[in-house]
Amino acid sequence: MTDTPVLSVRNLVVEIPTRHGVLRPVDNVSYDIRAGEILGVVGESGAGKSMTGNAVVGLLDRPARITSGEILLSGQPIHTLKGEALRRLRGKKMGMIFQDPLTSLNPLLTVGDQLTETILEHLGVSQQQARERAVAALEEVGIPAARSRIDSYPHEFSGGMRQRVVIALALCAEPDLIIADEPTTALDVSVQAQIVALLKRLCRERGVAVMLVTHDMGVIAEAADRVAVMYAGRLAELGPVREVLTEARHPYTSGLMASTPLASQGHERLRQIPGAMPRLGNLPDGCAFHPRCEFAQDRCRQNPGPTLDTCDGRAACWFPLGADRKQEVGA
Amino acid sequence: MADIQSEIRPSRLRRAWDSDLAWSFRHAPVAVVSAVVVLILIAGALLAPLIAPHDPFNPATLNLMNGFTPPGQANQFTGDLFLLGTDDQGRDVFSTILYGMRISLFVGFSAVLLAMVLGVILGLLAGYVGGWTETIIMRVADVQLTFPAILVAMLIFGIAKGITPPEYRDQMAIWVLILAIGLSDWVQFARVVRGATLVEKNKEYVQAARLIGRSPFAIMLRHILPNVLNPVLVIATISLALAIIAEATLSFLGVGAPPTKPSLGTLIRIGQEFMFSGEWWILFFPAATLLALALSINLLGDWLRDALNPRLR
Repeated sequence: MTDTPVLSVRNLVVEIPTRHGVLRPVDNVSYDIRAGEILGVVGESGAGKSMTGNAVVGLLDRPARITSGEILLSGQPIHTLKGEALRRLRGKKMGMIFQDPLTSLNPLLTVGDQLTETILEHLGVSQQQARERAVAALEEVGIPAARSRIDSYPHEFSGGMRQRVVIALALCAEPDLIIADEPTTALDVSVQAQIVALLKRLCRERGVAVMLVTHDMGVIAEAADRVAVMYAGRLAELGPVREVLTEARHPYTSGLMASTPLASQGHERLRQIPGAMPRLGNLPDGCAFHPRCEFAQDRCRQNPGPTLDTCDGRAACWFPLGADRKQEVGA
Repeated sequence: MADIQSEIRPSRLRRAWDSDLAWSFRHAPVAVVSAVVVLILIAGALLAPLIAPHDPFNPATLNLMNGFTPPGQANQFTGDLFLLGTDDQGRDVFSTILYGMRISLFVGFSAVLLAMVLGVILGLLAGYVGGWTETIIMRVADVQLTFPAILVAMLIFGIAKGITPPEYRDQMAIWVLILAIGLSDWVQFARVVRGATLVEKNKEYVQAARLIGRSPFAIMLRHILPNVLNPVLVIATISLALAIIAEATLSFLGVGAPPTKPSLGTLIRIGQEFMFSGEWWILFFPAATLLALALSINLLGDWLRDALNPRLR
């Protein structure tokens, strides 16, 4: 494994100009994903998780655009690519798994047609070879009798099987990076576990870097190696999954954890984070989380707010939770 | 590979017979009757030179003595018998209807084809590309929609006729007619296709196709077009009836098919002159044929709309 991360996002800013000013759904976000690693990205709805993923694959729709920062794929900048070059690269090097397997397959083309279309577009192989590869791809994601199922239409598959097809579709061009945008949200729980396990296995076997966008802490705990917590377009916390989940440093992460139901918790009432995420056009000064934070102090309300760089590199918080926490007494 | 497929899947014909659409057709008596009527009329039009007892456009075979023969009665001078009677020139009404239907159907099909191709392309572009492209296409469509289609058709007809040299006017009349009706009818297709495209383009399979690097053209053609075709089929069927009526209207107003090559509309116009002098058959039979044709196609279109509507299944 080389030292260059497969995906390296540096100070990425995505802006949407509106008549009420410029919105920043992604604000100064930086992270790396290495080969064979799964990075989980969590956060509430509208935290900028999917927007980050779309920015990486170049699927931002007008008027959203990348205004600063860089995206490096295996060390090569890709955020400056346009048109044809971008089209060739993103299909070859990146795959995407979408949330809803119902709409992520074309209902009027057979599964085989869609797989061979992708394979033919990116790997210089014959029609016959492409079909063989498509069968192999379906077998790899665990579809039984792949050779006879390949001529079926998407509606002839169940939801879980369809998501497996989508994964096969993302993998069949042999990408280095996969963006999985809430791949299990539309599936029922028992199927979720299967899909997560499948993603994990493929990531290990193929050495693919995976960016797993989700709001399900359980999925993160199960699959991810590292986790990035996003809040209001910014990174709140970034670190190895075990550390972040067991000893969260950012009050927001800790709040998220406390509001996740656990079977072992018995019948205690779930805690919730008071308030709602601020609207992007109306962010508070300083730390975006301070109005909802029970530990907020004067420094939290002043600009510039905390970032990973200005804090300890793990949590973007002036007063991170943990052993060395001093301000709790004074608050 | 091929033999494996044929083992698992029944033949194409078998599958077509088993499909929901075919099932719904077999259980809709109105649709079956309409289809039979339409097929008979189309067959009559196509085989006109074989079926028609007379060639109504060859002056050499016409006998003015045969003029105004009532239907089913022998002519009082010549003793000739005509199924549906004759007009003032002694032309067999049955034969003129068969030949007239050819022109009506040809103009109808061609005009709808033109409107469909134009509307689908512009609708796809407007829906998928968006921005200025969409604004321009849809505003033109909106403006055109504020005028009655027949008015637009007459306008286009007039302009086209004005720029064709007089010596070609009669030959070109049919093509000008097709152009006029086709151009007056594309808006419906464009609007429906644009709407459906807007829905489809945000579905994730289109995003996925963009992601794997298919060109916008390939995505529109391979992924979006097949998914928006259902409503297009329905509109095309209903438009066919409307186009035939539009052609008849234009011809009735005297701006359509020339009397030397009469369509159903021209026949109705000619027949209408004899309405009050008692020769009712000259008007009645072409009008009844037009009615049967337009009504059957319309009923077929209604059935198709219901059959393809997922909410009514």
